[in-house]
Amino acid sequence: MTGASAEPATQLAVLGAGPEPARVRRLRGRGWVRAARRAAMSAIALVLAAAAWEGYKAVGSEDGGSLLGVRVLPRADDASMPHVWEILRRFGRPETAGTGSHSVAVAVLDGVWFTFRVAVAGFVLGILVGLLLAVVMQRFRLAERGLLPYVVLSQTVPLVALAPLVVGWGGRLRVGSVSWQPWMSVAVIAAYLAFFPVAVGALRGLQSPPGHAVELLRSYSATWWQTLLRLRLPAAVPYLIPALRLAAASAVVGAIVAEISTGTRGGIGRLVIEYSREATADPAKVYTAFLGAAALGLAAAGLVALADLALRRYRPVQER
Amino acid sequence: MTGRVARVAAPLAVGAAVLAGWEWFVTARRIRPYLLPKPSAIWRQITLNASDILDAATVTGSNALAGLVAGSVLGILAALVASRFGLVNELLIPLAAAVNAMPIIALAPIFNNMFSTTSTVPRRLIVTVVVFFPLFVNVLRGLTQVAPIHRELMHSYAASGWAFARKVRLPNALPFLFTGLRLAASLAVIAAVVAEYFGGVQKGLGTRITSAASNTAYPRAWAYVAAACALGLVFYLAATLLERLATPWRARP
Amino acid sequence: MLAGVGESGAGTSPAAVELTGVGKVFAGRSGEVAALAGIDLTVVVGEFVTLIGPSGCGKSTLLRLVADLTEPTAGTLRVNGKSPRQARLDQDYGIAFQQAGLMDWRSVARNIELPLELRGWDRRRRRQRAVELLELVGLPEFADHRPSELSGGMQQRVAIARALAAGPRLLLMDEPFGALDEMTRERLQAELARICRETEASVVFVTHSIPEAVYLSDRVVVMSARPGRVTRTVDVELGERTEEIRGAPEFFAKVTEVREALRGRRGAGSVAEGAQR
Repeated sequence: MTGASAEPATQLAVLGAGPEPARVRRLRGRGWVRAARRAAMSAIALVLAAAAWEGYKAVGSEDGGSLLGVRVLPRADDASMPHVWEILRRFGRPETAGTGSHSVAVAVLDGVWFTFRVAVAGFVLGILVGLLLAVVMQRFRLAERGLLPYVVLSQTVPLVALAPLVVGWGGRLRVGSVSWQPWMSVAVIAAYLAFFPVAVGALRGLQSPPGHAVELLRSYSATWWQTLLRLRLPAAVPYLIPALRLAAASAVVGAIVAEISTGTRGGIGRLVIEYSREATADPAKVYTAFLGAAALGLAAAGLVALADLALRRYRPVQER
Repeated sequence: MTGRVARVAAPLAVGAAVLAGWEWFVTARRIRPYLLPKPSAIWRQITLNASDILDAATVTGSNALAGLVAGSVLGILAALVASRFGLVNELLIPLAAAVNAMPIIALAPIFNNMFSTTSTVPRRLIVTVVVFFPLFVNVLRGLTQVAPIHRELMHSYAASGWAFARKVRLPNALPFLFTGLRLAASLAVIAAVVAEYFGGVQKGLGTRITSAASNTAYPRAWAYVAAACALGLVFYLAATLLERLATPWRARP
Repeated sequence: MLAGVGESGAGTSPAAVELTGVGKVFAGRSGEVAALAGIDLTVVVGEFVTLIGPSGCGKSTLLRLVADLTEPTAGTLRVNGKSPRQARLDQDYGIAFQQAGLMDWRSVARNIELPLELRGWDRRRRRQRAVELLELVGLPEFADHRPSELSGGMQQRVAIARALAAGPRLLLMDEPFGALDEMTRERLQAELARICRETEASVVFVTHSIPEAVYLSDRVVVMSARPGRVTRTVDVELGERTEEIRGAPEFFAKVTEVREALRGRRGAGSVAEGAQR
């Protein structure tokens, strides 16, 4: 029914959903048509969005629109809402007025690359923590009872509000022989957002084998560890895949948000803050940084979708 | 341990153990406050600044609530339209997915420029955008995933499209709506707090956290963080309560 | 007493359902599938007719054609003297599926009231009728319970009550007891037989259980697959259905007759209908 368009829905519903059904549909014939149609629709949506932007600029008032005395519509002047083509042009021009300054595009790409690497670090850390938690919770029923509420709670409360405090660790903390770098704080925050889907998804997956399968292994005198390796982990794979997708997206968004909250240098988040300070003089620049951040988020989502596609043939066929 | 008792006792026990361990760890190893303050110090700051905390929480909370309401209404409307018109569906879904993949918080400086500096709208707008997506996606799912047997039944009754929508699609979509709302409620508070890290005149929890941090009053900063967490919890519980009231037929484990 | 093909119930009530040369072809991924071909069938008013056959013989498709849930590719259907679509718009029949399909946001009574709401009955009258029907199916104390609190058999009883809600003269039932255990099935069969006797409704019933078909029907229509055709019709004249009848030799004889018909062998004293495979 909502086959193609169920993608974002399954991402959000991974908390309530079971394993992703093994769609062994290869991209050929009808598959190509659907993918092309989806791409075309996305392109049209993008064009429409740009048109809406310009349209609003054309009809909107210079002071914005008010509803009940509160301004709810933004100012339509060029300082607040630069034209779409101006934003695109800004990418090509130098970042600052100083000599030897790179173009904005280079600066944005540098920032994106930095943030991407930090997000990957956070992603990996989040996976490790999530898997560890899931295994512990599966092993000890009491651990599940005691920890799972906090795991769920961790995402319902704005613990990311700690970001400005965590950044204070930079340069003042030593873990073993390594001095704490500011980017590590960002990675930790990204990991914090990423571990939750992995923990929940992995736990569901580890608990998914039916009773009779577990009893079969018991009849072979298999230890808990062997059961984990031979039964539970393979059974968890279909649950892990959508969870990893969600975790990757969360890691990227988390990294960017953490950078913005902490002002960590080097990443795209920092650029957003810096450029926004110059917004009155150079309105188009802050939009370029935002587009870079948005592109990173989209690229991460795209990468994960590609990985999912590539792994499809290795996923065990699940029967509902 | 009996199921019900254990379910409440275990997390409480874990929480208590963590707090106790934290207190001991910081005291025994002489951890500096800028790394990790003691729970007792944080508690002290909470009690000292109680009225300030409440004021700040009200500001942030009202931002979150305004954005939650606006985003939910927009999300529901969009889902209604998208379920009715397939073309809108195909256009909106990639757009919504794209918006959700972006760090919406990064829009905060942009919104600050669009509106006057004294306005609360930028932060409320961020919350609205953040809330829109989960509501839109979940309500759309609820509206389109009608059980085939119900569809056939209503067809056999020669029911009009309107009767079908009113008697089957809408009640069917309610549980989905509340799933989205629960998620959105937490996201709303998170977005409201983090959006305040970007300037603009405001007196919410986010500002207090950063100002306390820059004044090196770390226990106080953590106290405000704790208040933010409490606010998030309140929103989540309120959404859950609303869900139970509106969909009493759902089987609870 | 019972009409075969071609007899038009001279002077008395018209046929409840009349199919002539009905066929249904589905366009599948790998070509066309002929689900039904050349079906001639008449159900007289007040008659209980069961369609029985192996999987894929099109019995459910046939029922859905009568219910206007799908359209024939050949032949004509008349339900209550009208086209199936008109019969559906006029709400001349009640239908029950294999799943109860109750709406879990409505109480049991309100589930039964659903077709009545759609017809604009007022609240009091609806409630009265729902209570009446719950008595009929033996669930009077469950009016305000939620469907999720009921067992499968009870839910199916509510579904049947719902099918009867508006007092239709024609009942269409697609393996309604298929998902239930044997004991519950037999109990519900007895109740259904009683209800049909009391309401004098015509029934088209689909099943793949031979004892069920014999117990419930006045006539058992045996079908074969690929394409679906009527191969034989077995008249069942066993009088009033009681529990004892299940053990009676006449019952077993009829069951055997139907079984033979399903296997394509002729039994003695049966009426051959339609084209033989």
